[in-house]
Amino acid sequence: MAGPSHQTTLTVADEPRAPTSWQRFRKHRMAVVGTVVLGLLVALVLLGPLIWNVPIDKIDFRARLAMPSAAHPLGTDDLGQDLLARLLYGGRVSLAVGFAAMLVAVVIGTLVGAVAGMSRGPLDAFLMWLTDLFLALPTLPLLLLIIYLFRDALKGLVGPEVGVFVLIIAVVGGLRWMPVARLVRAQFLTIREREFVEAARALGASRLRQVVLHILPNALGPVIVAGTISVAEAIIAESTLSFLGLGFPPDTPTWGRILFDAKDFLSIAPHWALFPGLAIFLTVLSINFIGDGLRDALDPRKVR
Amino acid sequence: MKEQEIRGLIGRVKQGAMSRRDFVQRMLAVGLTAPLATTMLAHNGIAHAQTSFDYTPTKAGGGGTVKLLQWQPASQLNPHFAVGSADQHAIYLFYEPLASWDEEGNLTPILAEELPSVENGGVSQDGTSVTWKLKRGVTWHDGTPFTADDCLFTAEFASDPETLAYTMGTYRDVTFEKIDDHTIRLVFKTPRPFWPDAFVGTRGLILPKHLYQDYRGARAKDAPMNLRPVGTGPFIITNFVPGDLISAKANPNYHVPNRPYFDAIEMKGGGDAASAARAVLQTGEYDFAWNLSVEDEILDSMGASGQGEVRLIAGANIEHMQLNTTDPWTEVDGERASVTTQHPVFKDKAVRDALALLVDRAAIAEFIYGRSGEATGNFINTPDRFTSKNTSWEFDIDKANGLLDAAGWVRGRDGIREKDGVKLSLVFQSPTAGQRQKTQTVVKQACEEAGIAMELKVVAPGIFFSADPGNSDTFGHFYCDIQMYTSPMREPDPGLFMQQFLSSEVSAKANNWQLRNVTRWRNAEFDELEAAASVEMDPVKRAAMFIRMNDLIVEDVVVIPLIYRKVAAGLRTGLKAPLSTWTSYLWRVSDWHYDA
Repeated sequence: MAGPSHQTTLTVADEPRAPTSWQRFRKHRMAVVGTVVLGLLVALVLLGPLIWNVPIDKIDFRARLAMPSAAHPLGTDDLGQDLLARLLYGGRVSLAVGFAAMLVAVVIGTLVGAVAGMSRGPLDAFLMWLTDLFLALPTLPLLLLIIYLFRDALKGLVGPEVGVFVLIIAVVGGLRWMPVARLVRAQFLTIREREFVEAARALGASRLRQVVLHILPNALGPVIVAGTISVAEAIIAESTLSFLGLGFPPDTPTWGRILFDAKDFLSIAPHWALFPGLAIFLTVLSINFIGDGLRDALDPRKVR
Repeated sequence: MKEQEIRGLIGRVKQGAMSRRDFVQRMLAVGLTAPLATTMLAHNGIAHAQTSFDYTPTKAGGGGTVKLLQWQPASQLNPHFAVGSADQHAIYLFYEPLASWDEEGNLTPILAEELPSVENGGVSQDGTSVTWKLKRGVTWHDGTPFTADDCLFTAEFASDPETLAYTMGTYRDVTFEKIDDHTIRLVFKTPRPFWPDAFVGTRGLILPKHLYQDYRGARAKDAPMNLRPVGTGPFIITNFVPGDLISAKANPNYHVPNRPYFDAIEMKGGGDAASAARAVLQTGEYDFAWNLSVEDEILDSMGASGQGEVRLIAGANIEHMQLNTTDPWTEVDGERASVTTQHPVFKDKAVRDALALLVDRAAIAEFIYGRSGEATGNFINTPDRFTSKNTSWEFDIDKANGLLDAAGWVRGRDGIREKDGVKLSLVFQSPTAGQRQKTQTVVKQACEEAGIAMELKVVAPGIFFSADPGNSDTFGHFYCDIQMYTSPMREPDPGLFMQQFLSSEVSAKANNWQLRNVTRWRNAEFDELEAAASVEMDPVKRAAMFIRMNDLIVEDVVVIPLIYRKVAAGLRTGLKAPLSTWTSYLWRVSDWHYDA
């Protein structure tokens, strides 16, 4: 771990020794723990099914609602399906959906927020109206409409599973960019009036340069935190969609789906809800800590 | 089961060798309804029995407020606009019919003095007229007396095409005559085999003429009474929030002595079946909840606290799978599943037969539906199978594999069978409900073992059951290979239910997918039988025809019946309530009480 940082310090020998981003990130203990946990989770869902090769949909009524045991390390659900196998498989879908939807939300949100924050006047007003409009839109009817309009077309284009995946990411991400946009705009409004930006402007920096080099890096902190939260939201939102019959087929065991199926059985088979809940909890928490660490590491003010 | 056998059974009931209840059970088992069964008995001189129910309170009132949870809430309170069952149930708090059906399908007088029958001259021998005697001394909530004019007005109101009442069919082809203030006569154009329809049960609630007479036809939708009903029922409305809450207080002038026991009633909507079950069985916040379609284990764990108990009420709700007879994946003239096409896979009967063998009904009934469901193949019934409940269906993957092999469906490299370049790959849709998705999973797994690939699809119930012509996910479009849902046979007469397999009822773009034959199955023999049954006066001959119609559907595997479902209600310990699935569960809410 110390290797790369060692090298960087060598190349910039003449300058005052500001710690690099990586060094600052490393100092954030929880962020490092978060990275390790998240890495473990990703490794588990990617490699786990190769080792634990119990079928995810084998129904065994004799073993229904079984508590954790050697045969079923995490127990079974009410059809007697092995929960470990389902969690490992479902994690791939859930994590992919969570990250991809977060990216969509952050990219759109940042773009809208930045443009609004930089342009004074009608464009800003218009973009904020748009944001308010999206916030006010009833999500559910909109979702139904979008899925109804595009599901079959996308299915024909890229196949049923990928089609649904793309659609869910677009829908979940596309309806969650508004808080990010507002955050970014608010940040931009304050930062663009700061002395260092004024200085850059006085030196003749173009607008784009001001934004990319000076304002955006300073505004990134809240965006990263908002982004990490939206990963969790996306994982849960995906399960809502499945419930409405708009998401993945009901036998695809995403984490949200398992949690949803288990909720009524909480008092008789707590393990069923516990493990997917734990998986989502750990994922979200690690991402949050990583976000925290990243914010500190990337904050230009800390470079001095 | 043939006509002679039904006659034999009726003979045994007459002699006392068989109980009424057993007879009704057997008729239910062959796909008929309890009201039809008791009507058969009545036609043969065995009167409708009065179900015994011990009403112990000796005076009206004193019961405090009873709190009901009907999680599917009512949206309006005019009985003739009540398309959904939520409205139909709630309205019984306020309005009443002349007679209604009890749990076992017996007709019970409510606003009628007595039941018409052939013996007392109320029903004419040729079946073309029925005379009702109305109860005297009944008043509307505002004090106006209830008379024959109200009945005649209700018929006129409902049969007016501009009113757009869903009960129009019931009142349309009947002539109503007033004999005196408390006697009315119904004259039918053709003999009416099943006459207890107008003024009976869910479709028979009577409106007050003096209030509704200014709101006929197109104006009916604007009547303030649609939200603040004034009826003859045991409760008077005090507050109604559509989709949420109904509050009512006891009717002090109710026409049955010593009733109602409760001083007020509160009916709350919202939530889902599981939360409703919890509110009655576990926390005891509510006295009663209707339609608790929740897994057995959950009900058991909630009931463990002893606050309440679950009661199961039999009806004729059959959870079943439907097989599309047309091709849902090819578009012809702007619609899929056009009647000009044939289903690419199901046109081979071997595939349909194999599919029926791949449904593990026993496991589904035992592990998914528990107490509230019974495995059934009993849509189909031939005489030798009649005595056994379990011979008419089987679960046998090997046999299914054998059938498919013999029919030339060969497994491809991916394990999926194909024939002439057509893959045995199916899409199976159903409305969202925990139990249904589990059933889908069980079916899918068995199919995979037989080399049939299956994609599962769920649709939100609000969409699935809607009549929206623009949404292709409704059950009416059936743009899918297989679909599964419960057909509630709410109408006491199977005549209406059977119409969903008529050739003339095929659901298509031309009729905006509003007609009822969604499988688009067409069969000349069935059509002829249906036509004959609609005018057959002898209820026994008619029943035999219905049974034959059932056989046709199941033998041709148009539907695969799965589970005979009962409705689960949650009652707080000690609450005494006569319920029914043939009409509103509130049909005798006047008699609900706690024992002192």
